[in-house]
Amino acid sequence: MSPSRGPREAGRASRAGPYVIVVVGILYFVLPLVATFEFSLSMLRGVWSFEAYRSVFSDERFRQTFTFSIVAALLTIVVGSLLIVPTAYWVRLRFPKLRPLVEFITLLPLVIPPIVLVFGYLRLYNSSSFLPFTGSANGTYVLLVFGYVVLSMPYMFRAVDTGMAAIDIRTLTEAAESLGANRITILFRVILPNVRAAVLSGAFLSFAIVIGEFVLASLLNQPAFGPYLALVGTNRAYEPSALAIIAFAVTWICMGLLQVAGRQRRKQPNPRRSIRSLLTLSRRARG
Amino acid sequence: MNAKDLAASGRREDEGRVATRPPARSLAWIGVTPFFAFAALFLIVPTLTLVVGAFQTPSGEPTLQNIQDLFTPQIMAAYSISIQISIASAGLGAVIGFFLAYAIVHGGLPGWIRPSLVTFSGVASNFAGIPLAFAFIATLGRVGLVTLFLKDAFDVNIYSYGFNLLSFWGLTITYLYFQIPLMILIITPALDGLKTEWREASAILGASNWQYWRHIGLPVLAPSILGCFLLLFANAFGAIATAYALTGSSLNIVPILLYAQIRGNVLYNPNLGYALAVGMIVITGCSNLLYLWLRARAERWQR
Repeated sequence: MSPSRGPREAGRASRAGPYVIVVVGILYFVLPLVATFEFSLSMLRGVWSFEAYRSVFSDERFRQTFTFSIVAALLTIVVGSLLIVPTAYWVRLRFPKLRPLVEFITLLPLVIPPIVLVFGYLRLYNSSSFLPFTGSANGTYVLLVFGYVVLSMPYMFRAVDTGMAAIDIRTLTEAAESLGANRITILFRVILPNVRAAVLSGAFLSFAIVIGEFVLASLLNQPAFGPYLALVGTNRAYEPSALAIIAFAVTWICMGLLQVAGRQRRKQPNPRRSIRSLLTLSRRARG
Repeated sequence: MNAKDLAASGRREDEGRVATRPPARSLAWIGVTPFFAFAALFLIVPTLTLVVGAFQTPSGEPTLQNIQDLFTPQIMAAYSISIQISIASAGLGAVIGFFLAYAIVHGGLPGWIRPSLVTFSGVASNFAGIPLAFAFIATLGRVGLVTLFLKDAFDVNIYSYGFNLLSFWGLTITYLYFQIPLMILIITPALDGLKTEWREASAILGASNWQYWRHIGLPVLAPSILGCFLLLFANAFGAIATAYALTGSSLNIVPILLYAQIRGNVLYNPNLGYALAVGMIVITGCSNLLYLWLRARAERWQR
């Protein structure tokens, strides 16, 4: 028996196994999507139609809540980037020793469940506290967006930080300084364009998470898409399936854009790996 | 001048620059202040107030009564079913995800399967919350596609066999939809780290398939697998939206109990609610810390 025969034989013997596993796995993943799609098409008795989708899109509250959540998501991305990009830059440039601490803090939202976080907000920022966020409508909205910024911090920081690692920020900064640029110019016209793809990666994930978020919006009594979904789920039959398909499509789009943004990051040593590590993180804030 | 000297001279320059500009250093703190202020106000202090509240009476005196009250049958039942669902979905997710990942990495399947499945996992692991509950109601609910198919084709009514989507197993099957993809995403790099040379070397030394796994494969992968299990566990334990949309309040898991407590003080003691929240942090915190520790151990083999 030649030495090479052993492993090859073993490989051949187990050839059917991987196929069976993958086929069963694909069935498990595809069936719910097929079932949901089929269900969403069967609102009218006896025929397949897009009636459920028409019903969803013509619902005033769908448009209102969906717009509300899109705006909240965009604000989250803006505030999150303004907070994380300068911090990641400054820490790498001037306080490398603080980096583990900053990273630890940005990972904390994965340890503290969102429901606990919002519970803390309600206790700390009630209308009789030193910062009565929940005392006014605008204050509660600000609190919601800040809460979303906290939820998106883990991957926002990680995306931006790996982006910064791939470029030589020290040299870039010194070059810009010697040309007479001030700090703000350096940050917005030198550093930010270089980590744009990284910021975009974090942004798409934040968007995917915020758009259907339920716990914070519900407990802060905000007219967001998540609570609307829950409401439709309790008193409609076919619309929830249509909404699930829409939500799945939105997630696909965000993840697709994430892959595209990652591909642009050519300088990065292993963009695939950093995207994957982002994706593994990202599930956690959904609840 | 070699690279080491260059690096050393660079470092000396750095030190020189800092030494010549001490005022800039002290002002530099302003750059990180917004982040720390934000983290303190919206992450750390809110959590700490709950921890403090858990050890106080409603009037503010220190007490251990709230922690003790966690050990009442109602709350213990909630923790127990939460932990059971998290263990079941994490365990099954880890095992099934491992086999799927192994199949796509070492199974000799057509080349397009791996990138497609990994991309899909990225989407599916993010497809959670309320829409996921809707999808499973359309699949395994009383009039779901699979339920009806089994009834029509095989005359098997799974509901008359005791299955219920709004139950322990229903929730576990639903959670698997994001747990398995998450496992695939995390374990694939570890499986890539299993070098073919190890397998060849063991085969040359006469090891059987079983011996290879018993003495090489599993010991190398064990920290990764266990770490992933803990991550999936914490993931399921903190989740609420899917469970809420699926079961309403009929399944008494901790996040749903806490949700009801925040909404309407169902425990009739706000400070007991804080203790409930702190219990959640302790459990997710422990599993996350263990995960990080195990991941650090596992990464030794992935270089």
